Parts: sequence; structure tokens; C-alpha cells
Amino acid sequence: MVDFTQKMKKEYTILAPDIFPTHMRLLREIFVARGYKLEILRYEGKDVIDTGLKYVHNDMCYPAICTLGQQLYALTCGDYDPRKCALIQFQTGGGCRASNYVMLLRKALKNMGMEYVPVIALSFTGIEHYSGFHITLPMVLSAVRALVYGDMLLCLKNQTRPYEINRGDTEKVVAKWVDRLRWQLYKNRGLSRGAMRKNLDEMVKDFHDIPREKRDLKKVGIVGEIYVKYSPFGNNGLEKFLETQDCEYMVPGVLGFFQYCFSNMETDHRYYGTPKTHQLAGKIAESVASDWEKEILRALAPYPEFVAPAPISEVKRLAERVIDRGVKMGEGWLLPGEAAEMIEKGYTNIISAQPFGCLPNHIVAKGTIRRLRELYPKANIFPVDYDAGASRVNQENRIKLMLAIADEEAKTAEREAVKV
Amino acid sequence: MKRLGLDVGSTTLKCALLDEQDQLVFSCYQRHYSKIAGTMTEMLTAIDKEFPGETVAVTLSGSAGMGLADALDVPFVQEVYAERLAVKALQPRTDAVIELGGEDAKILFLRGGFEMRMNGTCAGGTGAFIDQMASLMRVTPDEVNDLAARHEKVYTIASRCGVFAKSDIQPLLNQGARKEDISAGIFYAVVNQTIGGLAQGRQIGGNVLYLGGPLTFFSELRRSFDEVLGVKGVCPENSLYYVAIGAACAGVGREETPLSFAARLGALPLVGQYQSARPLFRSGEEYKAFLERHERASLGTRELTAPRGKMYLGVDAGSTTVKAVLCDEAGNIFRPYYAGNNGNPVPLIKSYLEGIYRDFPDIEIVSSAATGYGEEIIKNAFGLDMGVVETIAHYTAAKYFKEDVDFILDIGGQDIKCFQIRGGAIDNLYLNEACSSGCGSFLQTFAGALGYDAASFARLGRFAAHPVDLGSRCTVFMNSAVKQAQKDGASVEDIAAGLSISVVKNALYKVIRCADPESLGKNIIVQGGTFLNDCVLRAFEQEIGRDVIRPKYAPLMGAYGAALYAAAHAGNAKGKLVTARELAAFTHHVKAVTCNGCGNHCSLTVNTFSGGRRFIAGNRCDRPLHLADESKHYDLYEYKLELLGRYCKNRIDPKKKTVGLPLGLNFYELLPFWHAFFDTLGFNVIVSPTSDRQTYLDGQYTIPSDTACYPAKLMHGHIEALLREKPDAIFYPGMTYNVDEKKGQNHFNCPVVAYYPQVLKGNVRALEDTIFICDFVSPARRSFFEKRMREILGQYFPPFTKREIRRAARAAYAAYAAYFADLRKKAAEYRALAQKEGRPVIVLAGRPYHADPEINHGIHTLICKLGAVVLTEDSVSHLVRPFRVNVRDQWTYHARLYAAAKYVANAPKEAKMSLVQLVSFGCGVDAVTTDEVRSIIERTGGIYTQIKIDEISNIGAVNIRLRSLFAALKDRNTR
Repeated sequence: MVDFTQKMKKEYTILAPDIFPTHMRLLREIFVARGYKLEILRYEGKDVIDTGLKYVHNDMCYPAICTLGQQLYALTCGDYDPRKCALIQFQTGGGCRASNYVMLLRKALKNMGMEYVPVIALSFTGIEHYSGFHITLPMVLSAVRALVYGDMLLCLKNQTRPYEINRGDTEKVVAKWVDRLRWQLYKNRGLSRGAMRKNLDEMVKDFHDIPREKRDLKKVGIVGEIYVKYSPFGNNGLEKFLETQDCEYMVPGVLGFFQYCFSNMETDHRYYGTPKTHQLAGKIAESVASDWEKEILRALAPYPEFVAPAPISEVKRLAERVIDRGVKMGEGWLLPGEAAEMIEKGYTNIISAQPFGCLPNHIVAKGTIRRLRELYPKANIFPVDYDAGASRVNQENRIKLMLAIADEEAKTAEREAVKV
Repeated sequence: MKRLGLDVGSTTLKCALLDEQDQLVFSCYQRHYSKIAGTMTEMLTAIDKEFPGETVAVTLSGSAGMGLADALDVPFVQEVYAERLAVKALQPRTDAVIELGGEDAKILFLRGGFEMRMNGTCAGGTGAFIDQMASLMRVTPDEVNDLAARHEKVYTIASRCGVFAKSDIQPLLNQGARKEDISAGIFYAVVNQTIGGLAQGRQIGGNVLYLGGPLTFFSELRRSFDEVLGVKGVCPENSLYYVAIGAACAGVGREETPLSFAARLGALPLVGQYQSARPLFRSGEEYKAFLERHERASLGTRELTAPRGKMYLGVDAGSTTVKAVLCDEAGNIFRPYYAGNNGNPVPLIKSYLEGIYRDFPDIEIVSSAATGYGEEIIKNAFGLDMGVVETIAHYTAAKYFKEDVDFILDIGGQDIKCFQIRGGAIDNLYLNEACSSGCGSFLQTFAGALGYDAASFARLGRFAAHPVDLGSRCTVFMNSAVKQAQKDGASVEDIAAGLSISVVKNALYKVIRCADPESLGKNIIVQGGTFLNDCVLRAFEQEIGRDVIRPKYAPLMGAYGAALYAAAHAGNAKGKLVTARELAAFTHHVKAVTCNGCGNHCSLTVNTFSGGRRFIAGNRCDRPLHLADESKHYDLYEYKLELLGRYCKNRIDPKKKTVGLPLGLNFYELLPFWHAFFDTLGFNVIVSPTSDRQTYLDGQYTIPSDTACYPAKLMHGHIEALLREKPDAIFYPGMTYNVDEKKGQNHFNCPVVAYYPQVLKGNVRALEDTIFICDFVSPARRSFFEKRMREILGQYFPPFTKREIRRAARAAYAAYAAYFADLRKKAAEYRALAQKEGRPVIVLAGRPYHADPEINHGIHTLICKLGAVVLTEDSVSHLVRPFRVNVRDQWTYHARLYAAAKYVANAPKEAKMSLVQLVSFGCGVDAVTTDEVRSIIERTGGIYTQIKIDEISNIGAVNIRLRSLFAALKDRNTR
């Protein structure tokens, strides 16, 4: 393992894959503020995929091909000097094969003759240590806030853009807030409770003030594997496609995934007798996250036109009706929990985005559809597979089918309403 | 106003014209060979002829219609939805619809909660699949139907993917199985794929409607569906046009005449929007220089015109072709012969030999060897002296052209063989087992689909200016990619060139999985029929950035190698080759039977030749051959089953409550543990029977994810088996964590093993009527385990005391330890015996559940037959101290793989120990483990062998793989 040294911190550019497009831009500032040169890679397209396929086992999951592909492509395309770069990847340490990304990256680098490039594993548990890279508690707390901001922005954007009267208004407000928040995070501001409240309140108001009109749109919920759910590169521009299909879509927040991870520490204690300290740590982390989740709800409360995300406690309750909360690899119980949440909120058309052959998704996505339908007969759930080999035509055709059914359901509901 | 629905499918175009009273007044069905605009214009013209000058409202539907509708600004209706509209209007009493199209398969459930299911990324089991299989058998799809009607038995053919089915069918053909029986197998494969892949737990019943091309044209396919589903389905009038009719029904488009629509269609710009690669040849001169270079490279061999004296015969009965050649002692070639085998190589070789005997009565064939898929049948039919595994044959031939060859790539019709040579021995060997995407048949399939024969298709792409960059992907997916490229305006030339590039990429990146093409070798020889295609050869050179050698007799190399081999081993020849007179009286009869020698129930083909020579194919063991010589074998897989069998007695004491355990996944290891636990607690314990094919079929209808691994899918059948016994409870706990053997950074199970009980709970409805205990527990910490089990069982039964639970736990842990002690003791015994008898040892490394005979397909028996001692990974993994690997080592089962690999890698040379890794298809975790196990093995110079297994039951390819390994090992040991 190549250490990331103090010296590298000054000279090296850390290259991160683009996982959550909006959130990553905010998170980046936390690192930049502390003297790290961090770049979020925006490469897309076939060359990136090919690079991934070339250096990563072809049967590895699609997110690995995409994200590792982006990083390896960056090193080979000439834009960066490999001798002055480091790579960073999340490492959750869970039972899914995604916990191997860091190792696969190192392996690939070795095959490319670039083993000198340091790879940083970003994890909660500090699996590895580096002399020049430290995640401090203030950074973690800032990151939680960045996620809260990011979630709030997406939540508002998704509910505003489809109804805006002047095209582009919403994007302008999003851009304004991304800039403002980046600046604040860079300056280590906007982190106190008071500042957060002020930001969130103003943000909601800004979106509220965008002139909108009522439109009859199909309501779609997107759940799925965390990468292909959020990343347009991973899901072939799913959101863009839905925008052309008279839809309003909802994507659950990123914070929920972290809350899910924390609350699993509690379940582990109950099921497997892991130490109390472990359980406690999970509880504290969860309560910190839930505390900020409350701020989102508080800020949204005065505006009933915006559908607020369900608190994690509610998602847990809904998930438990579908699957045991002991299922904690990949997206685990969170996935059916979020699907149920969205169905209950009227987003009955669910796209379950998943990488082809994703192991946890056999269980938590395709494995739960029958049960979800039993609980919610109106639910219109479609799993969509993403893979280097899957064609966009097939994916879009499948989504079109889902939308055709959604249309019909809507018409039936209308007719019934008239009868009443 | 009339309304026109156009259904643009993947392979066909359908139209339906409805008049003002919703009556169908015109319909047409045509294959479009990807020339969508042209075919559509023809149809539109025909409509105009019928109804001159009338205006219609056009609506498009179908998988290839979406983009077209956007471009032409006409409404588009999703095809499944359109179909449903039509069914509602024409067949309102329908409960379920099954529709198969070119590349699509759909099921619509219309009653009791409407649902539509269509195939996702897998196009197996569709019309294209049947077409592909038909062309493999050299019959038309209609003939497949006629053949199937006359079947006597049904062969099991993998249904998941056309590629697998192909590898099932090809050997059956080569072995002389009846086409009638194979045809029936193909239809049943389609049925299984449709039910398994799409029904996903919902039973199909009531009034079933059959729609779409395949179900309209093939009565036998309908009959197969009827039989499997237990219904009497109906194929209605206009069954081909339901989508088109539905589209027309929905029609609200603008009015225009068919001709003006055709004009707009014709005016669509066909600009290249697709990704393109560099051209293969920029000019005629470049091409000429290329040809000359290759001409020069294969100097050295001479083709004899008037041979005499001693000659040597080599026959290569490949998957789709048969090759034969004679050579003299100097290696000069005579009578090279190359032909498609039409599924049966026997008559071709017969006439080849007849020709030689007739034309050259003077020559003496001293020695003869057969190789290839059909090695055994040819050897038996004509009394050839020896068989040689095809890899060795190819190396022998390649060496003749270039002594210091270090990399050989042979791409044939359906298989890729590729190996590196290090120090004169075969070093790394890659065979495509689960994927034929890098092979000649891939090109042939597309050539056929686009209306060309293979040879002219090969010429098409040479000077294409903008070859389509199709990447590397599975044949099935490639269909849609090609479709898309065509839509984007790619010419047939560009596609032909693009496909050649894809074949190369598939071979390099999917089969060989090379990270760096330059690392393959310096002296590369390419051979096999596919490389006769100059585009493929050129693409290969471009991709690896190096010139290679294509011998003049590229497709003949297997046969030539066999002939050279026969010459080199002439001392062993027994001279049994059929004589001219025997040949005149030659007969060949084929009979299909099912062997009932054991639970495998292999489908056997018995070939009888004149003179009483018999050849049986399809067998996995020696039982049907009635060999008296049951030579000693040391097989730890067999012993493991025997050990586990002790816990499967299923004794019932009526006074006690009964708990059922499914014998699959992690129960293959924890059975002694749980059995002892419940037995000590005072339960009757019943265990589901060992899996067979029927187990899978029984549970198939509740499988929610068709891409999960086969071991997981089998669990559904085990649950069904237990439910039939009506136990008081079924116990199958969720286990995020496995036992902790302190080997790696954690002791997880993989997600599928960990959580499959939750899938069963959510999808097997019958489990709701019984007690299904699927709570979460881990045996890793005993004290907590007791507490947790008491809590879990307390929810379902009157509470147990702490003492009772402790006693049961003590018994459980003891039984588990005893099981392993026994297994490992036996392993030590076998190792000692191997040493004593000088036998090679193969550690067949997989997961505990690979001991399941339905999962391992008897591969351990095959290895034993080759004379080796077989050990399991868990019988040696404890012999290695924990060490660091280059991946995250966090799964208990997988940590054993690394440990076993290390054990094998460190074993002394005299121990003759090797590792063969079994990998279940769809096992995502093995994408991580295989590379790591390989690197551990190769670090000390060992040969790594991997075998991918799925529901396919053919072991021909596995056999080649193993024989090559043994040949390579033997070669190493003799040096």
C-alpha cells in the first residue's frame, strides 16, 4: 500500500469518482478548505467504460466499471500527471463486493504499471491510515451538513422543475445555492444550527417563489443501488429521460443511506451480540444524522406543497413490513423501505435501478417486488438493469411500459373519481 | 378515417389497418432484415394500392419503433401496452397472454391484479433463440417444429441464454443425438426460460392466449407450453398482429396518406451518429501488403500431389466443422479437408476415407489421431489409433510453423482456445466455457440475420470507412447494439467491420480477459476458421498492436496437429483404422436413452457402428459403460456427500415435533450443526433430498431473479420438497455472518447465502401457511448464539430452558467439529495415498454447496476418471496460517479459497498438487476471488484452472479443460 504523505497533500491532486453529482460538489469544499486538492471526475462515455472493462474484472458490478473507469481514465487520458495524483474511493466494509473497490483499484494500477499512485480508502471505521490524509470529526460533521443541504436541494428541485412556468428557473436557483453553499463550506461557515436553519429556510423560500403551474404529471419514484440510482453516467441519464416523459420523479436523499448504515450497528448488537460500544456509536451517529433530518422537515413544514422526505424511523417501520432489518448488505432494507415510502406518498410508479447481476439486489430489489405489490396493489414497480452491455433502447422501452401503465392507472382513477 | 398500426419488432415488421368500425381490413407480416425503412415503404405502398388515396392515422409500436416515432413525429405506443389494448378488445376473457417475438418475451397477467412482464437484458428463449438453434442444426425453424413433433425423448437444454443452449446442443449434435429429440428440447428450453424468467412466482393459468411469431408458427411450442403449464392455450386469429392492432386502436395521430408517410420516412437523414472505430484497411494497397505478409509467413509446408508410402491421418471434429488431413513424415500436407459438419461428422469422414482408399490405394496410413469435440465418436467409428486433446493438437501444429511460438489463439466456430507457452509447455489455458461471443458463429449468426453468407459478409467490412464500435459484449446484447447502429445510419459494411472488431474484443477482453494486449506474447500464432476472415485478422493485429502469423492452413491446424501427433507417437499405433472393405459395409445407428444408473439420469446417446463398435455419449461416469474395471478412486466430494448423508435419515418419532431443513447453500456445511442442535432439543429433523433437475423445476415458478446463481435458485425446490412433508416448522436462518475461522478481515457470508431465506419468505406463498423460521443468527460467538436461539425459538414454540439450549448448542458445535475433523482426516489419508500411488492431486475449490451433484455436474468424478485424487478446499484450508491477500478478505468461504490456493502453491513438486476452481455463473463475489486465486497459484509457477458452472449439464468443454490441464501437468513433470 502506498502511503499518502504530508508532502503529497500539498502537491497531489486527489481524484474522486462522481457518485452523487450535486452532493459531491459540496463535499469537495470540505476537503479543499483543509488544503487538499480534490477533483470530482466528470468523465463519461464509452472510453471511460472501456478503460474500466480493460482493467477491472468484466463480471465485476457496473458501478465498479464506471467509477474505477473514471479514475483510471483520468490517469491515462493525459489530463493529469499520474505522478502527481492520488485516487480516493469509499469503502464501507460491508458484506457486498463493493467493499473491494479499493483493492481492485490498486490491482488495476499495478497492471497498468502505476502502483506508485496512492489510493485512499474513505471509510467510517478507518480501515487504513495515511500520514497525510485524516478525516477529522469536524470534517465528518461538516459532511453531514453538506449531505443535508444536498438532499434538500434535490428534494426541492425535483418537485419544482417539472412545474416551473419559465423553463430554467429551477436550475438557476439550484446553481445559485450550490455556489453559495460551496463558498460557505469552503469558509467553514453555514454549519451552526442557526446558520443551517437560515440557509434551509431561505432555500425553501427561493424554490417556493419560482412561478409554477399545476400539471398532470406521472409521479415516479427512483430507488435502487446507490450508484446507478444517483449517477447519470451510471443510469444512462435516467432523470433526463424521465424529464422528457411528462413525469415528476422523486429520489430519496443520500443521508438516509448513512442513517441506514448507522442503524445496522444497532441491529448487529441485537442479532449477533456485537459489543455495546459498537451499538452506542451507531446510535450516536444515527441521532446526529436524525437531528439534521429534523431540520429539513422543519424548514419544509410551512410549505405543504412540497412533499417532505420521511424520517428514517418511518422508513424503518415501512421496511419491516417487507423484509427483515437484518438484511444489511448493499442497500439492504433501505431499498424496499424507500420504495414503500414513495408509494405511500403517491409516487406509485417505482423504478428500481440496479446494476446487472448485483448480488444484494437479488434479495432487496427483485426479491421484494412481490411482497410490495401485496402490500400496495396499486404499486407499479419495474426493475431496470444497468450494465456495460445493456442497451439504452431496452431500458427506455421498459420505462415507457411502466409509464403507459401509470397513464392507464391515472385514467382509471379519474373515471372512478367521476363516478363517485 | 382508417388507423394504421405499425409494429416495428426486432426482426419483423407488422402492420394492421383498422377501418372506422374497428375492423381489420389489411395486415402484413414481414422480416425486415434490419432494413426497416425499406420494408416499411413496401408495406405502405401495398396499402396505398389497396386503398388508393385514402388517408390514415399512423401509430408506431415495437422495440425498434421508439426512435423512429420521435424522428417522424407520430405517436408511439409501448408494445406491451398496445398488445393489452388489442387483447381487451378482441379476447376479453383472457387471463394471461404469452407473447414471444424476435428478441422479446412477454407475459401479461390480466386477471387478479394486472401485471406485465417482459424480458430485461436477457434475450434467451425468444424467436431469435429458436432461429439460432435451427441454424445450428442446419434446418429451417419450421423444420424444428416438424422434427419436435416426432421426438421420442427430450434433451435438457439450458434455457437461460442462447449461448449456453448452444453449448448444450452442439455436443449433442456431434455425439449423434437425434435432431427430433433436440428440437423438442429447444422448445422446452424456451418454455422454461419464459416461465422461469418472466412468471417470477406467478402461476399462469385459466384462459391463456398465445401471440407472436414463434407461438403462431410452431404448434409444438404451443404444445410444450400447454403441457408444462397444464392448460389448453389458444392461438387466436391474427395472433401476429395484436401489437399492431393495439397501436392502431390507440391511434390519434395526424392524417396522411401512406405514401406521404413513406416519403417522410425516406427523407429521414441517415447520418452516422454511432461511435466509430478506425477503418481496418485504408486502401487497396494496404490490404494487398497485408495479404502478402501473411502469405510469406506460412512458407515451409508443402502440399503433396502424388504421395506414397507411410502417411499419418489427423481428424479434427470441431463444434461446427470437421477437418481432416494426411501428412508424411516430413510434415508435408496431403488432402486437406474442411467442411461444415451439419451436426454429424461421421458420414463426412467416411467419404473422406473412402476417397483416399479409392484414389490412392498405395499409401499406408501408419498411425491416426482424432481430436476436437467429436474425438471420441470419430475414434470409435473408424478405429483411429489415438485421441489427443485439442489444445495439444493445436500446439503441435503451431510449433511446426514457429518453434518459439509463445501464444496461440484459435478461434473456431463456437470455441476459443488460447494458451500461452512457457518453456515449451502449455502454461495458461483459456477456453470459452460460458460465452461464445468471441467466436465465428457470432459472425455467422449476424451474417445470416442481415441476409448474407459468412464468406461474403467477411469481405464486406474490409474497406468500411467508419466501422461501428460495438464494444465487447454478449451475442444476445449485441443484437440490440447492431439494431441501434443501423437506426443511427450505419451501413452493412460498417457493421460487418464492427462485428469483426467485436469478435476480437470479446475474445481478448471477455474470454482471455487480458488487461494489456501487448502482454500476450511476442510470437503469436492465430488459427482456426474465424481467422480466415481478413477483417478479424486485421482487427486482431490492430487491437494488440503487433503483427501475428496466420498459417495458410489456419482452419486445419487441429487436424494437422493431430496428424503430426500421430506421426510422433506412431509407436503406439495399433493399426485398427478401418480398411476400405470395412468402410464399404459401414453403418451407424443412433439411439437415445436415459441412464438410470444414478441420480444424475444422464441423457445418453448410444451410437452403434458396423462391426459392433459402440460409442456412448452424454455420460458423466462409467456406470452406463458397464466397465468391469471400477478402478480405485479417492474423491473427497463423494466422501463429503456420504458424511452429510448420515444426517439425512429423516427418522420420524410421531410424538415429537418436526423441523425441516433445506439441503442447499450453507446447509451443505452447517447440516451437522443444525441437525444436532434440533435433534438434541427433541425435534424430529427432516432434510430435503439431494437436488436434481426436478428440484429446480419444482421451485422454478417462485424464483424472482433469473440472474441469481443456480445454487440459490435450487433453494426454491428444496422448500417445495419440505412443504410436501408438512413439517411443523421449516428452519432456514438468515446469516449475515458465517463461522469465524479467523482467516480474513471479517467472516461474512455473500449477500445471497446470507439473505436467501428472506427471498423465500417474500416469494413462496405457501410458506405463509407454515412456521418458517428465518430469523437472523450467527454461530460465530457461542455464548450469544445460545441466547439468540432461545429468543428465536421462543417465538414459535413453548420456551426452552437455558440449560436445554446450552445442551443443544454443545451438541451442535461438537457435531460441526466432528464433521470437519472427519473430512480433514480423510483428506490427509487421501493425500498420503496419492503420494504412495504417485497420483496427482486436484484441489477442486469452490463453496461447500458445490458438493451438490446438481450443481457440480459430476466434475469431481471426471477428475477422478483422469486418475487424480480430488480434495475439497475446506479440507486443506486449515493447513495454512492466515496471510494477507490483495483483495478484501472478508467472506468465510472465500477466505478458504485463498488458503487452499496458498496450500497448493506451497506444496512440494512431488505432491503433484493443482487447483481447479469451480465458479457458479452469476456469482458476483467470484469476480473478486478468481483473479486472486489465480495470482496466488501462479506466483509459484502453478497452472490455474477455472470452471464455470450453471444449470447446464454438458461437460464436454469441462473435459477438454481438464484433459489439457493434465496434459500440461504431465508435460511439466516429464521435463
